[in-house]
Amino acid sequence: MSNARENILTRLRNQRPEAHSTIQPGIDYPERDLNARIARFTERQQAVRGEVHDLRDSDWFAWLQTELPKRGLKTVLVGNGALGQQIDQADIQGVQVRRYQQAIETWKDDLFNQVDVAITGCKGAIAETGSLMVWPDQNEPRLMSLVPPVHIVLLDAQKIHNTFADVLADEPWHQGMPTNALLISGPSKTADIEQTLAYGIHGPKALITLIIES
Amino acid sequence: MNQTQAFKQRIDDALHNDQLRANFRSAMDGIMSHRASQFPDDVQLQALREQARAIRANALVKQPELLVQLEQKLTENGIQVHWAETPTEANQMILGILHQADAKSVIKGKSMVSEETELNRYLEEHDIEVIESDLGEYIIQLAQEPPSHIVAPAIHKNRQEVGKLFQKHHPEQPYTEDIDALTQTARHILRDKFAQADAGISGVNFAVAETGTLCLVENEGNGRLSTTAPRVHIAITGIEKVVEKLSDIPPLLNILTKSATGQPITTYFNMISRPRQPGEKDGPEAVHLVLLDNGRSHIRVDEELLDTLRCIRCGACINHCPVYVQLGGHAYGTVYPGPIGLALEPQRLGLDKAGTLTSACSLCGACGEVCPVKIPLPKLINRLRAESVNHKQNTSVKGKGALRKPSEATIWRLWQFLYANARLYRAFLYMATRFGKLTPNQLGAWTRYRQAVKPARKSLHELAKQAGFSHGV
Repeated sequence: MSNARENILTRLRNQRPEAHSTIQPGIDYPERDLNARIARFTERQQAVRGEVHDLRDSDWFAWLQTELPKRGLKTVLVGNGALGQQIDQADIQGVQVRRYQQAIETWKDDLFNQVDVAITGCKGAIAETGSLMVWPDQNEPRLMSLVPPVHIVLLDAQKIHNTFADVLADEPWHQGMPTNALLISGPSKTADIEQTLAYGIHGPKALITLIIES
Repeated sequence: MNQTQAFKQRIDDALHNDQLRANFRSAMDGIMSHRASQFPDDVQLQALREQARAIRANALVKQPELLVQLEQKLTENGIQVHWAETPTEANQMILGILHQADAKSVIKGKSMVSEETELNRYLEEHDIEVIESDLGEYIIQLAQEPPSHIVAPAIHKNRQEVGKLFQKHHPEQPYTEDIDALTQTARHILRDKFAQADAGISGVNFAVAETGTLCLVENEGNGRLSTTAPRVHIAITGIEKVVEKLSDIPPLLNILTKSATGQPITTYFNMISRPRQPGEKDGPEAVHLVLLDNGRSHIRVDEELLDTLRCIRCGACINHCPVYVQLGGHAYGTVYPGPIGLALEPQRLGLDKAGTLTSACSLCGACGEVCPVKIPLPKLINRLRAESVNHKQNTSVKGKGALRKPSEATIWRLWQFLYANARLYRAFLYMATRFGKLTPNQLGAWTRYRQAVKPARKSLHELAKQAGFSHGV
């Protein structure tokens, strides 16, 4: 087995296909100003049943205070950063806040069965495809955006980019990828039975984006 | 039964299954119109295809260097890389990793490469519990069937069949054929499995050499769960999946999801570059990548057939194939069905084992037109047909000449001789038109559904001459 690597590489090196192709740029996407990017992001999310609220002119925290109890979201999971702290310290009536402080092994069952909603931030978004860019970290671990049935994301309006290609051209992702980076475009879905769309298969059944101004 | 007889039998079975054909017809019609709606502008589509083609072609040119770079980057990132030449080696490695980690249960995300190695069967034989978590894969695992499509594995089943399967295996759940209810049942059943599995196994859509990143494309979240919740993650992929740079990803992702399911993007695009780091609270402690050759490096030897390896497994060629829609995926009897299967499987398995597959094609060209990386599939299929009877040219195709029949070769030689000799040809034509009536009425398979062809009383040459056309213009 130890020879597999050398055998494969030797075969590949012995036969080098002919010269390179020049890579031509593909699609030119239209430039979009901030409002157009927000509009496009919202339209794309809504097309896949993502919920989007533009709260730039209002208080997002008040939105949570009203909506969490109204929707029956009682157990709220937050991270360890400033956002988590803020939500944890405020006393929202009828809502119990849990912080993701322990390694998953110590409370896996609770996470899978006892949490109604997770609230996180994100790195930004992509207007063209309506995608949230999420880089989970120590403060907001990977399973937050995946296991609870509802995921609420705070998105800074200024961080909505036009396309994924623009993001990779403008930001040096290639110089240091995180453990896990994600594009999330709507709630979990499947079309594996008769090509018919059904939402909420394994990941969150609802994805709610709150667009705010930092 | 030889491969030709076995293939004919499966074709016959498929064509007599009306339900199966109805399921495929409706699914393929839907998926084709979804794709078309994503590409309203043909100029942009062609630009994107050319860009994607060039990215994949260049990655194949630099493949050995990129694989070494990928290995180095992944290793720096803490991901362990394993190389396997054969399916057996890959399976043994994965079992070894599971044993070492004392893992007894596996939750799996979708992986066609693991179908190549028949990984599930192998692991189950060694007392590892394996649960498929993609809804389509879960359905066919319950039915104990292989996937019938590389993107939508349970596309051959309708809601009633799925309802009955769920009822049989989970009698505690009420019977339903409502798709939303079936989806929620699957969510409920599989949730505990995600929480309890020791290890997760997944495929890879793209492996980025520049950053040492494994990219997974999915809608359900089962891929993310399989690669995040268990304490070990093992990814398995073919050596051709490597691309050079992170900036290669946006165009490939764009054309992949649009071509595959007609979605502008999938729900999740998951980029994994490391196992859990100190201070991080979830994610697997260990991540492994198994790079499988399984005949791929051999395919790369031929400058023309090399194009087969550009494939990004979107399945668009399958969705647009008029033969696939009639037969469904199981009739092919190979891991990859449809046009890409016709090109890939005879090369991977050898023409002696799968050469007959290349006959399941009308050369209509639809597959070549929709392929996002411009693989000239009809040309490759035609080439493999020629290779299957090739006994002269020195080419590298495995099992070449295996389908050569002396009788067929003699007939073609006779034809060649006739056609190359003007006098003989005219004499033949004269005889055929005058005595054509004497040709047999029964011509085996041809006359099962058609009338025997009879030569006309006069040849085209004669008719043209009569009508006043001069000869030799």
